[in-house]
Amino acid sequence: MVPISWYLIFAAALFSIGLFGVLARRNAVAILLGIELMLNAVNINLAAFWRYGNVVQMTGQVFAIIVFAVAAAEVAVGLALVISVYRRRNTVVADEINMMKW
Amino acid sequence: MTGEQIIFLLVALFTLGSGFMVVTTRNLVHAALWLVSTLFGVAVAYALLDAAFLAVVQVVVYIGAIAILFIFAVMLTRKDMRDQGPQMNRNWWVGALLSVLVFAGLFFLLQGWNGLSRTASEIPAGFDAISELGNALTSPNAYVLPFEVASVLLVAALVGAVYVAFNRK
Repeated sequence: MVPISWYLIFAAALFSIGLFGVLARRNAVAILLGIELMLNAVNINLAAFWRYGNVVQMTGQVFAIIVFAVAAAEVAVGLALVISVYRRRNTVVADEINMMKW
Repeated sequence: MTGEQIIFLLVALFTLGSGFMVVTTRNLVHAALWLVSTLFGVAVAYALLDAAFLAVVQVVVYIGAIAILFIFAVMLTRKDMRDQGPQMNRNWWVGALLSVLVFAGLFFLLQGWNGLSRTASEIPAGFDAISELGNALTSPNAYVLPFEVASVLLVAALVGAVYVAFNRK
């Protein structure tokens, strides 16, 4: 049987890769891809804590399903914003989207 | 090493490798396709954790809907940023340093936790995780309120997305 530490380290590595994507990419769509990786890493942790804790308590899986719903909402609104900005400014580079910068 | 450990290591390596390709590939359509394989690896991890419902939802919602939405968005915003020009910003090394530091911090934080080598207990006989999950999501004594709030959030997000992306001409 796999000890829980393997899942936790796996999730931490996936989270760090997603964080790198969010911090380093120029394209706004690629930044959203990084956010998806980070949300998936969190979900792996939730499922692992459900399985290795008290299995009869379903809290971990319920929390993971709420994260699914929030991720879907986040992607829908985020991509709509990117497409709207692209239509007005003709750019998806995050550095050039500075209309709200004071 | 047992068979399950070997399977876990293969799945983890596959997932992390595809995740690395997601954040480093120049072509964004390829990045979205690498995201599909990453999400599939995560679905296999759910299956290894006996979370069957999460594995199916991962394939249906993430791969079937979210990844396809990403591919659509990449194709709709493709004109000005094809494959030329840098894909990373000037301070990408700060991002790399920060993510390595976050990973090291989490790693050392985990070393100090005493439940780290815990292995999973056997699932009790006759315990059906999927029907328990359904009961938990619809029972007033459990999580029916967060479930309803999540559905209201989805409706609000859909209406907001349509409003934001609507083309007024």
